[in-house]
Parts: sequence; structure tokens; C-alpha cells
Amino acid sequence: MLIIGERINVITKTQRQAMTDRDKGPIQEMALNQVKCGAGMLDINIGPAEDNGEQLMDWIVKTVQEVVQVPLCLDTTNPAAMEAGLKAHDNSWGRAMINSASGEEERLNMMMPLAGQYGSLIIGLTLNKTGIPALAEDRCAIAAEIMGKAAECGVPMEDIYLDPLIMPVPFSQEKSLESIRAIRMFKELNDPPMKTVVGLSNISNGAPKTLRPLLNRVYTALLMYEGLDSAIIDPLEREMIEVIKTTDILMGKTLYAHSYLDM
Amino acid sequence: MAFVVPKDTYNGKVFEVEIGTGDKAVKIGGENTLPFLTFEGAVPNMPVIAHEVQDVAPEDWPETVQAAYKGVSGDPVTWAKHCQDNLGAQAIALRLYSTHPDRQDTSPEAAAKTVSDVLAAISVPLIILGSNHAEKDAQVLRAACEAAKGRNCLIGKAQEANYKTIVAAAMAAGHKLIAMSDLDVNLAKQLNILITQMGYEKEKIVTDPMSSALGYGIEYTYSVMERIRSAALMQNDGTMAPPMLNDIGMYVWKVKETMASESDLPDWGALEERAIGWESTTAVGLIMAGSNLLIMRHPKAIETAKKVIAELA
Repeated sequence: MLIIGERINVITKTQRQAMTDRDKGPIQEMALNQVKCGAGMLDINIGPAEDNGEQLMDWIVKTVQEVVQVPLCLDTTNPAAMEAGLKAHDNSWGRAMINSASGEEERLNMMMPLAGQYGSLIIGLTLNKTGIPALAEDRCAIAAEIMGKAAECGVPMEDIYLDPLIMPVPFSQEKSLESIRAIRMFKELNDPPMKTVVGLSNISNGAPKTLRPLLNRVYTALLMYEGLDSAIIDPLEREMIEVIKTTDILMGKTLYAHSYLDM
Repeated sequence: MAFVVPKDTYNGKVFEVEIGTGDKAVKIGGENTLPFLTFEGAVPNMPVIAHEVQDVAPEDWPETVQAAYKGVSGDPVTWAKHCQDNLGAQAIALRLYSTHPDRQDTSPEAAAKTVSDVLAAISVPLIILGSNHAEKDAQVLRAACEAAKGRNCLIGKAQEANYKTIVAAAMAAGHKLIAMSDLDVNLAKQLNILITQMGYEKEKIVTDPMSSALGYGIEYTYSVMERIRSAALMQNDGTMAPPMLNDIGMYVWKVKETMASESDLPDWGALEERAIGWESTTAVGLIMAGSNLLIMRHPKAIETAKKVIAELA
């Protein structure tokens, strides 16, 4: 499974400060650490980036790709910054991913044409202006709208990563199974099956700190069983990476060797 | 709505490994698709065939293949030069067979001398092989690595029982390495991981999945090779991305079909033709499975295999 490292994020203090100061050090260090721990792609979350968003995205994409040879998942709601990131992205190690479009008309109309224009991958969140549907079936209906828009923009179905959206188990326990069901149903929307992604850690939001890693890990394994293709997670959590690698082995996605955890 | 052609492309790519120095150096591997599917992906290098030469006269080879090297096989330098100059060998594989404790038990120093002498006489790349005795190979190959320093040879075979010494020696002298496991895809991966953990770059490894002759288990070799290649290409597994080597001469030229005389088995047809055909057919079968480098014996079998490669290229 593709691991998308989540640690370069405007929400964390050190990273935000580094972004503001245009200080390469902490960002490059975090990029290197995540790749070393198993990330195959890095999420670059600069937030709404209302001031100088384009310049910031251009700078951070180049800064990160100076030290790691992986593609990036560009995470901003600012379409101009998104485009600047796509322009700056070095595709030698894979295409960039847009994080994200959704069923909301405005966002879909802004982001999907960029994916078509730059040939990038794109995450489609299955929510719309009324929120996240309770039922997997209704998330599929939004997925179909996203896929329709993609076809209109010349984006191949295999470049879309559908996100069923994960709800915190402490607040809505019944939803955790619904998101798993959504992954299964998304896969059936196309042949070859649609690709899927989740922002994993939301499952344990609101749970005690000691429980969160366990909830995250077990939920990952369940989602992977349904065919989850990628997850935005913290690759520095060693046990999480071990669960992913082991699930990949048990699912036959990686060839077994006694030292599989070391690779 | 524009129609988008669904494309079957692979994430992974076989590593490209260069052996030898100067303009006679050869590159193997580098493809990002299955064997010869040039319409689907890039296949920068076609399979290379190395001529096998031994450090001792090949008295235990069957007559058909011994005869092909009459007059030159008494001395490894003459033999290697003959392969290079008269047979157009792309590479030479020198097997230090006499070092085996059950043979002459030649010392590592004497073996290293042979390596130096052969290297001084040829400009094509050299593959240096031990006698397949794990303990002795560790000593012999260490000495051979040192003697061949600077010539970017391919050294082998490193196996689970002896890889540490051989990896260290290959690393110190800047050679490429053959990693061999016993017809088992999981063990092949494990060995590559262990070698990499010593600090040896996986991009310098050549995998020997262990070969077998037509009619004597070639299907096992074939399916292990298919599985290795699919792990590299479809699962993008870097530990399985080294190019593959098939050392087939030693397997082919000990089976009944390459030795039984016409008088014993008249139904089997002419011995020479049958024996040569056995080697070339084994080679072609394994080329189809993704072989990047073959070690072969009979010049005519090599010629046939090369023709097939040229037609498929």
C-alpha cells in the first residue's frame, strides 16, 4: 500500500514556523525521515495559504524534492497555490497528487481541470455541501459525480483516489464500518477498480492518547483487507508501518522474506 | 467525453548493471516491462551470453562440448582468448573449478594468479565463479576480487552460507555480485535483503535463481524467475529488481540427452545435434522467463541463442 506521509503540515508548530520563515532545514529533515521510514509519497499541507500561497507552494515543493526522490501530494484549498505546486513538481519519481477535489461543485470545478491540465493524480473526497453522507451508497453517488467530472476533464479513472472519509469512532461508532463498506463499493465502480485513499488518523480523534495508535493500526488493517490503495499517515510510527507491511504480506501484495520488516 | 485508452504499465524497473570496463563493457537489465515486450515499455539491453571457461581442462565435460574447445581448453588464458577473438564472446565466465577440495584443491593465491592472467589477456567483461563449495569459495573469491580490482567484474556466487565474506570482498574491490539461492523466491529476496544490509548496493546485485536443464526441472526455474520479475515490475519490489543470471552449461552438460550415444539410443537422433539443441533450447526457454545474462558452453548453442535474441529484439 502506498504510504503518504502526513508530517509536513501547517498545523504543527515547527513546520508552520519553517514555512513562514522559509527555513529549509526542518522541512527537509522531516521529508527525509518520512521517506526513510517507508513513505512513498509526502503530503505537503500548506493550509488555505491566503498570503503568498503560490510562492510558498513553489518554494516548498522544490525544497522537499531537493532531498527526497518521491512524488508529492499537494494539500491546499487555494487553487492558485495548487497550480504553482503542480508547475514546480518534478515528475521524475512519479506524478503529483492533488489533495483534493470533492463533490462540492466549486471545489470540483477548480481542482479537476488542474488534474487534466497537469496530468496529475487527484483525491476525490466523497462529501458535498450538505456534508458526509451517512450511507456508503450515497458516498458512491458523489463518487460518480467526481468520476463524471474527471471524464469531462480528460482525467483517467485510474488517476482518481476516492476518499470515503473517516469519522471518529468515539463520536460515531457505526460510521467506522460504513467507511470500510464504502471502500469495497468504490472498488466496484469501475474496471479496473477505482483507487482509494483515507486520512487515517481521524478514526481515533477524541480517543485517549494511549488508545489512538492501536485504533489507527487495527482500522488500517481492516481497510486494507477491502483493498485500500493508499493512506495518509504518520510514517514515523513504527508499529503502524509494521502493520501495513505485514498486511501487505498477508494479502499477497508483497513477496515474503524473513526480513520483510526491514525493507 | 474523450476515450482514454487503459494502459498496462508497471511501476517497477529492473536495475541496469554494467560489467567490465572500457568500450567492451556490457550492460544488462534496465527494462520496465516483461521480456521482449518492446511495444509496452523500454528494453534498453538484450540478454548477454558469456562463454564458460574453466581453470582446468574440462575432462569431465561430455565429448561433444569438449571437442568444441580442442587445442585451447588446456590453458584458461588461451581458452578465454579463443572465445573472445575467434568466437566473438560478449563476456567470459571463468570458473575456478580446480579450487574445489574434492578436485585439485588449488589455493586461493594460485586461483588469483589465474584470474590476473586471464584478465591481462582479454578486454571483454569477466565473470568470476568459484567451485560451488561454500567455504572454499569464500577464500578463493576474496583473493580473486583483489586480483581483479579495477576491472568491474561480476563475482559469485554469494550464497546464504558464505555471502558475508564475498560481499565484503566485492564491495572493497568494486565488483558486481551474483547472489544465488536454491530455487526459492522467498530465499532469493531474503538473501538480497541480507546483502543490502551489509551496505552493498542492491543496484549492483545480479540474481541467480538457480538454473536447471530442459527436462530436468526447468519449469521450476522458469516460474521462480517469473515470480521474481513480477515482484520487481508489478509490486515495485526493489529487493527483487536485480537482473537475472542463468548458469546453464553446468546443468545441461550432465543430463543423459547430452551424453547418450546414438548406438545406445538410436531413437534419440544424432548426439551432437541433440546435445547442442538441448543447451540452446534451455537457454531460449530461460530467456523467455526474463534471463538477462547466461553462462553457456557450446559455441553452436550460443550462436543459436544469439540468433533468437536478435530476432526478438
